[in-house]
Amino acid sequence: MKAFSFILLSLLFSHASFSAVDATSVNFDNQTITIALTQEPPQLNSMKATDQVSGFVLPHVMEGLVRYDRRGRIVPAVAESWEMNEKNVTFHLRKNALWSDGRSVTAHDFVYAWQHALAPKTASEYAFILYPLKNGEAANKGELDIGQIAVKAIDDYTLKIELERPLAYFIKLAAFATYFPIREDFAEAKGDQYAADVDDLLYNGPFILTEWVHSASLKMVKNQNYWDKDKIHLNEIHASYITADTRARLNLFIDGKIVHTRLDGETYKDALTQRFRIRKFSTGSVFFLDYNHREERATANLNLRKAIQHVFDANELVNKVLGTPGNLPAYSTFPVWLQGIKGKFRQEYPATIPELDITKAKNYLELAKKELGVERIPPLILLVGDSPTAAKQAEYMQGLLKEKLGLDLKIDIQTFKQRLAKMTAGEFDIVAAGWGPDFDDVMTFGDLFASWNLNNRGRFNNAEYDRHVRIAMGSTDPKVRMDAMGRLQEILYEEAAILPQYEQGVIYLMNPKLKGVVRRVVGADPDYTYARVVE
Amino acid sequence: MLKYTLKRLLAGIITVWFIATATFIAMHQVPGDPLMNDKAVPPEIRKNLEKKYGLDKSVPEQYVIFLGNMLKGDFGISFTQQNRKVNDIIRDHFPVSATLGIMAIFIAAVGGVLWGALTALYRNRLPDIIIMFLVILGISVPSFVFAALGQLLLVNINSFFGYSILPVAGWGTFSHMIMPSLVLGLGTMALLTRLMRSSMLEIVNEDYIKTAKAKGLSPTRIFFRHQLRNAILPVITILGPQIAAITTGGFVVELVFAIPGLGRYFVQAVQQLDYTVIMGTTVFYGAFLVFMVIVVDILYGFIDPRVRLK
Repeated sequence: MKAFSFILLSLLFSHASFSAVDATSVNFDNQTITIALTQEPPQLNSMKATDQVSGFVLPHVMEGLVRYDRRGRIVPAVAESWEMNEKNVTFHLRKNALWSDGRSVTAHDFVYAWQHALAPKTASEYAFILYPLKNGEAANKGELDIGQIAVKAIDDYTLKIELERPLAYFIKLAAFATYFPIREDFAEAKGDQYAADVDDLLYNGPFILTEWVHSASLKMVKNQNYWDKDKIHLNEIHASYITADTRARLNLFIDGKIVHTRLDGETYKDALTQRFRIRKFSTGSVFFLDYNHREERATANLNLRKAIQHVFDANELVNKVLGTPGNLPAYSTFPVWLQGIKGKFRQEYPATIPELDITKAKNYLELAKKELGVERIPPLILLVGDSPTAAKQAEYMQGLLKEKLGLDLKIDIQTFKQRLAKMTAGEFDIVAAGWGPDFDDVMTFGDLFASWNLNNRGRFNNAEYDRHVRIAMGSTDPKVRMDAMGRLQEILYEEAAILPQYEQGVIYLMNPKLKGVVRRVVGADPDYTYARVVE
Repeated sequence: MLKYTLKRLLAGIITVWFIATATFIAMHQVPGDPLMNDKAVPPEIRKNLEKKYGLDKSVPEQYVIFLGNMLKGDFGISFTQQNRKVNDIIRDHFPVSATLGIMAIFIAAVGGVLWGALTALYRNRLPDIIIMFLVILGISVPSFVFAALGQLLLVNINSFFGYSILPVAGWGTFSHMIMPSLVLGLGTMALLTRLMRSSMLEIVNEDYIKTAKAKGLSPTRIFFRHQLRNAILPVITILGPQIAAITTGGFVVELVFAIPGLGRYFVQAVQQLDYTVIMGTTVFYGAFLVFMVIVVDILYGFIDPRVRLK
């Protein structure tokens, strides 16, 4: 009995790495891999998909006019070539791009998809990404008929588009899932069932879905009709497990059942003891504290915000509070990976790093009290999500502001939907927020604090900011656009409009026998399209 | 008996209606709504979404529509999985939860009765003390701890042998079910053990046992015919609600072992405020629980003639 329980206990708590288990996560001969998904893809209708898991599956099985290559550059996909001339864009489609049933992908399929994504009836949450099309916004709001959207199929292989105004990054937008083609006869025949199951979707990407057991598994198989199939090495991708539990996924990885898993603060320690190689990746998202700029709020006061700005050290937050490697301290709304004119935006337009100066901060605070006409600043409400990390960060801020400035923070922890409801209603002084890029251009972050942007939940309203957003929107000249963006960055600092905290990084494990997996800031991530199993 | 059954059924229907109404009211009191998402949508699109899901109508109107559809057995489409009907979700995923639950209940019932009888026989001796210690552990340690430990155990066993003896997670074959159902059944097994033990001990001192002994029946016959049969009654009482609890309460186990059960949908729906799925699963589970209680009541009538006579 004793010996048995000893074995049992040592099996339970041992971290000794025994010989590798029969690793079925990769198969060299068949070029097959097995992965785990964090959740069931909620929506594989490209017109309506908004979430990460669908955003991972869709680009593997479908393809737009252009796509991102291994290095994150835009390359031709269904479109062989294109011309862009001010507001007019013409795409020339390749003749060998086929649907999974063997028929050609034509310009009409794009017209149908774009029109219907914008149709009010579809109620797509990502319809706004098609607003650059002339009359797109008006059609989406029901003011114009969808037939009046300026996208025309000249013939089967020529797609002509007129834009609302010249747009430097339109080609990049065309890689986005909402811009994927949909074939009319197929979609109409399926009706509400479209994209609900493997047989209810047509594929034109590197892979096709052959099995989909809801909440259990998905299987992607190399698409033999794909025009560029010679570049695809993997024959099958099995998504055999669907669980949001990071520990369960780590266990599956240790057991050799999956090729990749993301780590969090807890599983990171276990992965270290297993002596796996831990890899890092920047997701491209920026996390910040958003102040409530509505008049009745204390946080509408510039000097109060400046006081906080001069005591907060992003570096300390990243190193002492977040605790996992990979995160970078943030000093700007614009993350470091964004492209500028020639090089990186942040190298061409360095962000001002706030100096830590307690005396200065206290002076700002005194000014704020005077302007607000109060002896003490009333307790500020900090609205945060209900994850353990969110609570930890909130407590850090609470301690910091109390210690340095004597400010009281009341932490309001809310679940996802309740937090959103409060954010939208403006029931907070400070809210922990984040922003991930929709496309690969500074504008995806730049217009976030424009007065008309619905995601500007703190209602920051600055005429000069709006003016520079418009300048950047109205120009295709890189210098003019980047200068305007550089100015936006300065305004946000001068106005202490937000408190940038960190640029998100994730740590993960990847089976070393799998090469060529691309991590992406926009698009499918991880991207297994060009991956291959080595011996 | 028929009248008794009908009366119980009617009470059951009222209970389910009450559960549905209370959930509906509570759900609409929660701030936020299913259409809200990370990225704000323009008011025009929001209006279209509201229209699509019937959220543009007042809450009382929505309630009437919901009740009407419920009577037809239609719970609408999910908000988070917009291509799927709630009915399909229940139909696809409840069997998984049920399979897991039945296995767990089987393990729990057999184990509980066995261990319970054993502890009663060896009262205050070593086997009793050891088992009762484990029972307290089983009752007090939450299932997510067992789930995590169970999985870790599998990982280490597999890596010890260098071969996958049992799968760490996933669903599909019998071997996938062993560890999750064991983990899921542990709590109930502990509960039943304790119940069985106390009810066995109570019965030992009953007059009819003494009579049986006096008649000179063999101890085995007394144990099976008189002791076990009478002692098992309270166990059956609790088994009904436990079956319902286990088939619905496997959320954590389903998450850890990546099992496509209904429990995950139930919990995720609440987090995502997926109105239709919340209503569908709650009413379904509510009805299931009520049904199990009725089944137990009727079953009771068969095992214990006294119930029938009343």
